[in-house]
Amino acid sequence: MTNPFGTTITSSDIVEDLSFFDSWEDRYRYIIDLGKQLPAIDESLKTDDRLIQGCQSQVWLEPYYHNGVLSFDVDSDAHIVRGLLAMVMSAYNNKPPAEIQAFDIDSFFNDIDLVKHLSPTRGNGLRAMVQKIKTIAQSNGPS
Amino acid sequence: MNDALAKNINAIDFASIRKDFPILDQDVNGYPLVYLDNAATTQKPQSVIQSLKNYYSRNNSNVHRGAHTLSDRATADFENARVEVQHFVNASKREEIIWTRGTTESINLVAQSYARPRLTNKDIIIVSAMEHHSNIVPWQMVCEQTGATLKVIPVNDQGELDLSAFQDMLSEQVKMVSVGHVSNALGSINPVKEIIEAAHAVGAKVMIDGAQAAPHFAIDVVDLDCDFYAFSGHKLFGPTGIGVLYGKESLLESMQPYQGGGEMIEVVSFDKTTFNQLPYKFEAGTPNIAGAIGLGAAIQYLNQFDRLELQRYEDGLLELATEQALATDDIKLVGTAKNKTGVLSFLIEGTHPHDVGTLLDQQGIAVRTGHHCAMPIMKQFNIPGTIRASFSFYNNQQDVERLFAAINKVKTFLV
Ligand SMILES: Cc1ncc(COP(=O)(O)O)c(C=O)c1O
Repeated sequence: MTNPFGTTITSSDIVEDLSFFDSWEDRYRYIIDLGKQLPAIDESLKTDDRLIQGCQSQVWLEPYYHNGVLSFDVDSDAHIVRGLLAMVMSAYNNKPPAEIQAFDIDSFFNDIDLVKHLSPTRGNGLRAMVQKIKTIAQSNGPS
Repeated sequence: MNDALAKNINAIDFASIRKDFPILDQDVNGYPLVYLDNAATTQKPQSVIQSLKNYYSRNNSNVHRGAHTLSDRATADFENARVEVQHFVNASKREEIIWTRGTTESINLVAQSYARPRLTNKDIIIVSAMEHHSNIVPWQMVCEQTGATLKVIPVNDQGELDLSAFQDMLSEQVKMVSVGHVSNALGSINPVKEIIEAAHAVGAKVMIDGAQAAPHFAIDVVDLDCDFYAFSGHKLFGPTGIGVLYGKESLLESMQPYQGGGEMIEVVSFDKTTFNQLPYKFEAGTPNIAGAIGLGAAIQYLNQFDRLELQRYEDGLLELATEQALATDDIKLVGTAKNKTGVLSFLIEGTHPHDVGTLLDQQGIAVRTGHHCAMPIMKQFNIPGTIRASFSFYNNQQDVERLFAAINKVKTFLV
């Protein structure tokens, strides 16, 4: 399975899709469904050094830098967190580092009304994930 | 309705209890709130909220020092609260009640003031495998500092302590045993009286972590004969940032404080400082005056009830919840001790607790998910954590039913 996020499914697609739902059931079914479209990473990549700290669920991240473009393998053992990761990937995956650095992730999260899911106390580690990706983008970017 | 609940629901005036807790009367995410995270912290009755308001709007002042009326009032209320606590745990003297920030600080106080100066590398401290991190880490620190060894009472698959293994661990080298009265992760009630007696037989001192016990049943430190007992105000319908350490007077007398500063001294000079008497010598700095007064109000609130009746009612709720869990496909209970209170910890096969918690929250239901600060026992059960519904006497049958209806809905998303 190839990762559709950041290529065929973009962050603006997600903002648009979510704007159609008005019940929490539909929103969460959609989020869980996004998670299902995120390819599972290879078991051999699920190592402690790839774990993002601060997550109640386990979240793994492996970055690749190729031809000036950053891509990521990400995974989680929780369905909703996988959906949230898919959303983050729609913004960051397959992008040049400069584009990642320039992307306004806060207003994206605002648009999809995910701000409360990002509170550090929620323990899903999304903030830590975003921070990590930004750091990777910075160290691979033109600076 | 199950028998235990039916028998006891009439004994307490449920509607009026519910009204005492204003926070419960609200919608969360569009649904009436069902608060089932009582093991993390309990809600506060109006009388506690009022006592804080009254303190800050009428009496706020520092204690034990002002030569003025407000300070007298604040001091009187603060010390009366101590006496409330003394009677609440049936201690013989008010000097045996030390204010702390909570259970965690109480345990650290004993670890640093009692254990640290006395233990050597030949000595042993015993805790159990189901302890909260707050009853593990302070002892690990003392072991680091003194060279003493930490040993762990094993727990069986039901979540009960292995008492015969404990007996085998006892020897003259054991100087301290510290166990929880009730497990926050599993709900097991531990046979602490037996443990205390056995530990005393080899000359060890015993500390009981009562954080999850005090909210559910009466505590009698004399009957238990424990050396130290700790609990937190915020889990007992009182404010945050206040807690209690009970200690036997003779032991507290023999201990040196581990924090220095105002209030806890008698005379300070650069040659020699002498400490104040009990209980003040362990209360360095301006204490949480409002918190202590609020905790006193919480205990007064509890005192209007027959606690045995409240306990039977809560047991009925837990029994009902357990029955419903057993009748629900895919639910696996974690912690099935014979003697339990307050806590239903479980997993839904094929789902992650974090996902379940998120979707329950969407339906107005507050539970805790995760390792509950008891990672060692989670590791033993080989699980990342659980979903924990924890009950108090202001919960009712409808709360239990809402929980299981919501769980069935969650399953349509995840299973
Ligand atoms: C069994 C147990 N011990 C200790 C603690 C720590 O209490 P506090 O955080 O109030 O110090 C808790 C709280 O979760 C607990 O459940």
